Amino acid sequence: MSERSQAEHPKARIATASLAGCFGCHMAILDIDERLMDLMKLVEVDRSPLTDKKRFTQRCDIGIIEGGCCNEENVHVLQDFRRNCDVLIALGQCAIMGGLPAMRNAIMHSDEPLRECLDEAYITGRYIRNTTHNVPNDPALPLLLDEVYPCAQVVEIDYQIPGCAPEGDIIFDTLSKLLTGKFRGFEREMIKFD
Amino acid sequence: MGEPRLIEISPVTRVEGHGKVTIHLNSENEVDEARLHIVEFRGFERFIRGRLMWEVPVIVQRLCGICPVSHHLAAAKAMDMIAGVDQLTPTAEKMRRLMHYGQVMQSHVLHFFHLAAPDLLFGFGAPAEKRNIFEVIKEQPELGKRAVLMRKYGQEIIEATAGKKIHGTGAVPGGINRNLPIERRDHFLSSIDEMLAWAQDAVKLARDYTLEHEDLVAEFGSFPSNYMSLVREEDGALDLYHGNLRALSSTGNVIFDQLPYPQYHERLIEDVRSWSYMKFPFIKELGPEVGWYRVGPLARMNTASFIDTPIADAAHKELKAVTDGHPNNSTLANHWARMIEVVHCVEKIRELLNDPDLQGNDLVMTGERRGEGIGVIEAPRGNLIHHYQVDENDQVTYCNLIVSTTHNNEGMNRAVKDVAVKHLSGHDQITEGMLNHVEVAIRAYDPCLSCATHALGQMPLQVELFNAEGELVDSKAQSV
Ligand code: SF4
Repeated sequence: MSERSQAEHPKARIATASLAGCFGCHMAILDIDERLMDLMKLVEVDRSPLTDKKRFTQRCDIGIIEGGCCNEENVHVLQDFRRNCDVLIALGQCAIMGGLPAMRNAIMHSDEPLRECLDEAYITGRYIRNTTHNVPNDPALPLLLDEVYPCAQVVEIDYQIPGCAPEGDIIFDTLSKLLTGKFRGFEREMIKFD
Repeated sequence: MGEPRLIEISPVTRVEGHGKVTIHLNSENEVDEARLHIVEFRGFERFIRGRLMWEVPVIVQRLCGICPVSHHLAAAKAMDMIAGVDQLTPTAEKMRRLMHYGQVMQSHVLHFFHLAAPDLLFGFGAPAEKRNIFEVIKEQPELGKRAVLMRKYGQEIIEATAGKKIHGTGAVPGGINRNLPIERRDHFLSSIDEMLAWAQDAVKLARDYTLEHEDLVAEFGSFPSNYMSLVREEDGALDLYHGNLRALSSTGNVIFDQLPYPQYHERLIEDVRSWSYMKFPFIKELGPEVGWYRVGPLARMNTASFIDTPIADAAHKELKAVTDGHPNNSTLANHWARMIEVVHCVEKIRELLNDPDLQGNDLVMTGERRGEGIGVIEAPRGNLIHHYQVDENDQVTYCNLIVSTTHNNEGMNRAVKDVAVKHLSGHDQITEGMLNHVEVAIRAYDPCLSCATHALGQMPLQVELFNAEGELVDSKAQSV
């Protein structure tokens, strides 16, 4: 946490975003349970899907990212987080490795996995009615990326908390240590991969 | 007279997942068009092919971290069918039910307290900084504490039955992989009465809100529609885990009833539209214009003949009395319905905890193998359909999913338009508070936009403004 931001506001500021993820990592943040009340004494929540702050209102001490990047919108949000947060945490397998969404990156015997996924969903599926025979395509829909990218391939990431989803305990432990300047890395027994 | 405009709310907050709304305002400041777009795409139906059957209930949960258990169980039910098991052992069925009631409880509590309550407590137009659970905790610490502890209770039930709070592994084809140790049972029993009392208080809160704001509730995103859910086979009771499909019209006429869910595709079809990755299901014989329907807590209150737990049943009767027993068409009444279901879940959890079958050791059955499996469940947000075919090597060859939020796509779009017309039309100045009204309407559906398209990426909810020619005229991001 920078000294500047601490001097400006007594409470640390945290922001969160869900990119190409399932929201499970955000649920895991809520699994902090009663300790949420303690944490709220230390922090203010800025931009987050849990608040109605849709843009950064101030620079934040910690940004927490769930999910990787699957469309241009995700990339913009992630870059915005990097610009506005002192410390950036990739939370969960999707943010770290791409997770389930990255299953789209490679389909056996397929040169065009994304195209095949779109075709199955909108053109060739059995129980659909598609009068235009096109896949959805509208200015309102952001461009899909050719592949799903882990966050660290797009911006620099400071910490990665593994797990799908990581348990509330490790999230609480990491955050409270970071906030009090006592973070020296993860305890071995807290780290779970699945 | 002004210029046509486009306004964006981006992203939609306090909903699970990501979305975008476009509102086309003409030069008279009137709303021409308003749409909820789903901008995510995952392609799950394709990339699940080739995966092994036993993996499916574990993988599909990652579609959605808010109700992973629903996907887990719908897939497991489909895999039961493939494994040739039509009836699970009592221990397996009851463990899965316990898991599901824990799930519906935690998800409904999360939605009501953490996501929707700020609108209900502080008003739809309250300052954006105020509208979040952290402010609720600050201003109403007792309510905040209950929200946290009730959700925790549901999550711990899931952990005890599935091994993990998020993305567990409890259900396997033909059964379950654990029972409930007696110490765990006693732990849950020790606070069940408190949970029931709090759930009843929550129903009262939601009911009082609905009745005290009768005018608002009657006009806010309310319109007739068809309704669909599972109901219990023999008597049409509410059943969140298993049953047959029932669809009713807005006036309560039966469209179909006790339809075995493996026949879902004989009655339902999904429309593809260019501007959303989320499809639009409708009842085939009625066509896309009138055949669309809504699912979820209020739809279940409308379709179910009664509830088989006494406290929830009394609450159900009270809700039904408001509309003289006919279907209730008010979008906002969903909150009341949702809390009635929390009471039902807690009553069911208590019943199950007291059942010695949960300590049984007969966990998995096998039967004569089939090539196709369809599993349907009532997820927190409504009906959820999983459909798979597998080859002789147990590899998936076909997959079709219709998730709850997709069933509600048309309804959400109509609610967005209705509220936009009523609250945005005719104003030169569109305030942040007005835009929140649009989000309130979406939130009432508790949409889980995460899994709505089985999609990848983020769907920021934005409002865009188009002119009568359909050109984008303005795009105002809602910001604070
Ligand atoms: S890591 Fe797991 S829990 Fe987190 S967003 Fe990805 S799939 Fe969901």
